[in-house]
Amino acid sequence: MTVHADATDYEPVFVGRRRAELDALLTHYPTKMAALLPALWMVQEDRGYVSEAAMAEVATVLDLTPAYVKGVVTFYTMYHQHPVGRYFVQVCTTSPCNVCGAEDVVRALLKHTRAGELGATSPDGKYTVIEVECLGACGFATPVMVNDEVIESVSASDVPNILARLS
Amino acid sequence: MGFPHKSHPRETPILSGHFGDTDARSLAGWRQRGGYRALEQALGMAPAAVTTMVKESGLRGRGGAGFPTGLKWSFMKLGDGKPHYLCCNADESEPGTFKDREIMRWTPHALVEGCAIAAHAIGAETTYIYIRGEFTEPLQRMTEAVREAYAEGILGKSAMGTGTRIDMHVHKGAGAYICGEETALMNSLEGRRGNPRIKPPFPAASGVFGMPTTINNVETLAAVPPIVNNGADWYKSMSLSSNKSTGTKLYSVCGNVRRPGSYEVVMGFPFKDFLYDVCGGPPPGRQFKAVIPGGSSVPIQTIAEAEATLMDYEGFVTGGSMLGSGGVICIDDAQCMVKQIGRLARFYAHESCSQCTQCREGTAWTTKIMERIEDGHGTREDLDTLLEIADNMTGKTICVLSDSCAVPVVSGIQKFRDEFEAHLDARRCPFRAATATAVAA
Repeated sequence: MTVHADATDYEPVFVGRRRAELDALLTHYPTKMAALLPALWMVQEDRGYVSEAAMAEVATVLDLTPAYVKGVVTFYTMYHQHPVGRYFVQVCTTSPCNVCGAEDVVRALLKHTRAGELGATSPDGKYTVIEVECLGACGFATPVMVNDEVIESVSASDVPNILARLS
Repeated sequence: MGFPHKSHPRETPILSGHFGDTDARSLAGWRQRGGYRALEQALGMAPAAVTTMVKESGLRGRGGAGFPTGLKWSFMKLGDGKPHYLCCNADESEPGTFKDREIMRWTPHALVEGCAIAAHAIGAETTYIYIRGEFTEPLQRMTEAVREAYAEGILGKSAMGTGTRIDMHVHKGAGAYICGEETALMNSLEGRRGNPRIKPPFPAASGVFGMPTTINNVETLAAVPPIVNNGADWYKSMSLSSNKSTGTKLYSVCGNVRRPGSYEVVMGFPFKDFLYDVCGGPPPGRQFKAVIPGGSSVPIQTIAEAEATLMDYEGFVTGGSMLGSGGVICIDDAQCMVKQIGRLARFYAHESCSQCTQCREGTAWTTKIMERIEDGHGTREDLDTLLEIADNMTGKTICVLSDSCAVPVVSGIQKFRDEFEAHLDARRCPFRAATATAVAA
């Protein structure tokens, strides 16, 4: 397989088990392109983010162009284009959570993780904290998503305990 | 069931009766609770008869638009030789709304069953359940339920042994509010950027992969099995108001309220009783000031308007708003309307797909101006500018995201003008602590 990647030491994702998974997935759709979002999820699960080289690989396996794949990757907020902290922390601050003190939760997280500012990763590489638009858990304000887990009804004072549990 | 709180006696838990009941999640548990009897019955009926039954029940779309479900299904031309598709819209992202999340978390088989009945009715061999990427638990529950249903022969090339093919796949979104718009969802499913499409063609003519498609919301589809089990008349009888709004509706209650959660009441229920009795009223020591009753895209109601409203499609319109998704956002008297409307504008600016200029520019400028007013730097002209931008954002774009950003701004200026003016007069937010603003000044 030819992969137009800039990094010569790039290890392809879609070999062995992953290739078989992708092939099985392709049977769910009448077009190859429809497997693009799922393929990008596989890349992110394995590599933590979607690099330019990975975009090129996905383009090759799905008969798309790297530019097209990048256009899709950049449309969706959940694909990381750069490495993030071991714990990726998303705090909902949209209005329903905002009126329940979500901004205090953000401040507490930035302080206690030492990430300092939104989108930045803490010096120890452990945490990246971002604000997220509506997590769809408004009755459980403030929901905080840590990697794939949603922690419900978080208040600023809960933050040290939550972080202690992650350590 | 008022999950996460105790059920309230005035609720009618048709969809939510098993919320919080972990045993209802498995196929065996769902069967013990009467699951898949409706699908069995529906598969024994002609597809058109199923559609007629849903038509007669009066069921309308629960995603926000309220389009009659049976009528939508009847647009699918059976036997046209083309592949038909069913899309289940589980991209629930409307601020204030988390009902579909609870359906998928607690009763995933209710949705599988509803999808399978709909697929049979519209002649769809393939169903895609498109779930927003942040919904990790619903994704896991639905994937497991679909897997179980295949393993038991409920889904597959001969659904329940009837020879009817019903395939179903869970598709994970990747973070984009706009993908809840039906044609954006279809683009996203096809592996494209989630840009809404110009209509017509409507999905029944050319939907996902260019083929006839029906797209329904999770709650709509989950309401189908009880209708098949109990009949159209039973469903239609559940209304305290008009015969245009029938059945029950799940409301997601959030914001400044004593008992936030999912509550299910019949159409026409008094909103005042709902807010104060069922949901427990405002937090201690506070008063409700405003309610956004149908997710962030519907007009803001003053509490006086809300208290006089009957909860159904027509009642919320009479009350100056819309039923929308049923996401009830409660706002108490300690909150600043200018700040919260500005926060909603920021949401829409973030989520605009940027195809249409009115939306791309309008959401950004609305956010800037709202935040300027909140910070004490607004001018009188800003209110006129906001209304002018809002007018330019209404009814002029491919989809209604743009309109949705204008809605809270226009209704906010109309109904809470005094708060806007207080910001302009004092050159600061009157709700912020004086010490904080003294430093800022």
